[in-house]
Amino acid sequence: MRIFDPHIHMTSRTTDDYQAMYAAGVRAVVEPAFWLGQPRTSPASFFDYFDSLLGWEPFRAAQYGIAHHCTIALNPKEANDPRCTPVLDELPRYLVKDNVVAVGEIGYDSMTPAEDAALTAQLQLAADHELPALVHTPHRDKLAGLRRTIDVVRESALPLDRVLIDHLNETTVKEAKDSGCWLGFSVYPDTKMDEDRMVAILRDHGPERVLVNSAADWGKSDPLKTRKVADAMLEGGFSEDDVDLVLWRNPVAFYGLSGRLALDVTDTDATHDGNSILRGGA
Amino acid sequence: MTDAPVIDGLRTRLEAALPGAARAWLDQATAEAAAHRGRPAQSTTPTWELRFAEAGRRCGQDHADAARVLLLHAADADPATLARVYGQGTAAERRAVLHALPHLVPGPEALPLVEDALRTNDTRLVAAAVGPYAARHLAPHDWRHAVLKCLFTGVPLDAVSELDRRARADAELARMLGDYAGERTAAGRTVPGDLHRVLALAAATAPSARAVSSTPVTPSTGEEQES
Repeated sequence: MRIFDPHIHMTSRTTDDYQAMYAAGVRAVVEPAFWLGQPRTSPASFFDYFDSLLGWEPFRAAQYGIAHHCTIALNPKEANDPRCTPVLDELPRYLVKDNVVAVGEIGYDSMTPAEDAALTAQLQLAADHELPALVHTPHRDKLAGLRRTIDVVRESALPLDRVLIDHLNETTVKEAKDSGCWLGFSVYPDTKMDEDRMVAILRDHGPERVLVNSAADWGKSDPLKTRKVADAMLEGGFSEDDVDLVLWRNPVAFYGLSGRLALDVTDTDATHDGNSILRGGA
Repeated sequence: MTDAPVIDGLRTRLEAALPGAARAWLDQATAEAAAHRGRPAQSTTPTWELRFAEAGRRCGQDHADAARVLLLHAADADPATLARVYGQGTAAERRAVLHALPHLVPGPEALPLVEDALRTNDTRLVAAAVGPYAARHLAPHDWRHAVLKCLFTGVPLDAVSELDRRARADAELARMLGDYAGERTAAGRTVPGDLHRVLALAAATAPSARAVSSTPVTPSTGEEQES
């Protein structure tokens, strides 16, 4: 079984996680730029973070036989802090990089005017750089947030079929699907979706244009949720081909819209025990 | 600039390896870079630097290093430009800047980039940092630490340019290698196979190396890189 986790914050995870993910079948990940838990207070902190997503993290992933790409953006939460918004002016020099396969995570957190401005500007950047966009839907007031998100995308230069709307659930899946966007579901231990509800949604709405992710980060989360959904799909009567569609071909098709997806991990021996994630050389 | 025959050879080999569309892209991109030579710094990013960023998806990851080195050479990038491109670069772009240094910078001005790369734990950057430019310019203390860093992180010493010349009869390097071997052995761990090779060079005529060479070391598998 081959698995592509289209949304996971590996910066917050250990090498044990990489090893377990590889053993579970994960061969590719996309790491969206997001909030780090501790608010940042200057653009320079973002630049070091973006550089890490384009440097050290793909190197770590390659040690474990996993292809790592990223999405770059000013996230919605920090778009509200005027100390951080100058990041928007520097995004173009990151959006040309080979490993950047989308603009993201963008979207709404509290649905403020500052978030409106950042979302609109970054949808335009995605169109300008011929990149798709990963759009997060808010945790609070989710359905209203989804509707406003779809309206803003419709008014933008980016077609809805180049947009992945993430963190969907039972209450938002139908309207999202009707809009023509790609459908993302984050499967978490306690919040967002769980495996069995995910299978029920796939049964009701079909596997087309559906992407399932662990969204694992520094909070309570599980980087193996993609595999657990795959197993639940098989137990629930879905075919191996359906599993491959949801957990490999759909994310490949969506991020492949960038023309930058490179899924060969050539410079590592996957069975080797992580040779240079070492303290001694530091 | 320097090393024209080397650069010509690199270009001939790359053109032979690239399919038509990528070759046309390379021609266009290097022409843009050459046209930019000598222009003063500008507020917007020069077109050739955008080409530098996209080289991987245009030429394929296997050819990206060569394409990027050719672009830097065509632009005749000066140390300030190289520092900016390195500082704003992905790991792959930084590696290409390091590979380009011996062809573009005759003096030691670009050493801070090599030192930066040697502080990372990314073996792709460490390996690129110990090329001919480091062999020419890196000070003895920093060079010895670079060799040790290679041994620590599993970079084969074949990556180190002019290893023979710089390591030969270096008593201090021999001492450091001997201490490292001793530390590994005391911990019950194997000693990297490459260590013996460079130790033999360093200890060649260095009197202080006699004690070192008697340090008991376990046979190396050449695979042990854990620290």
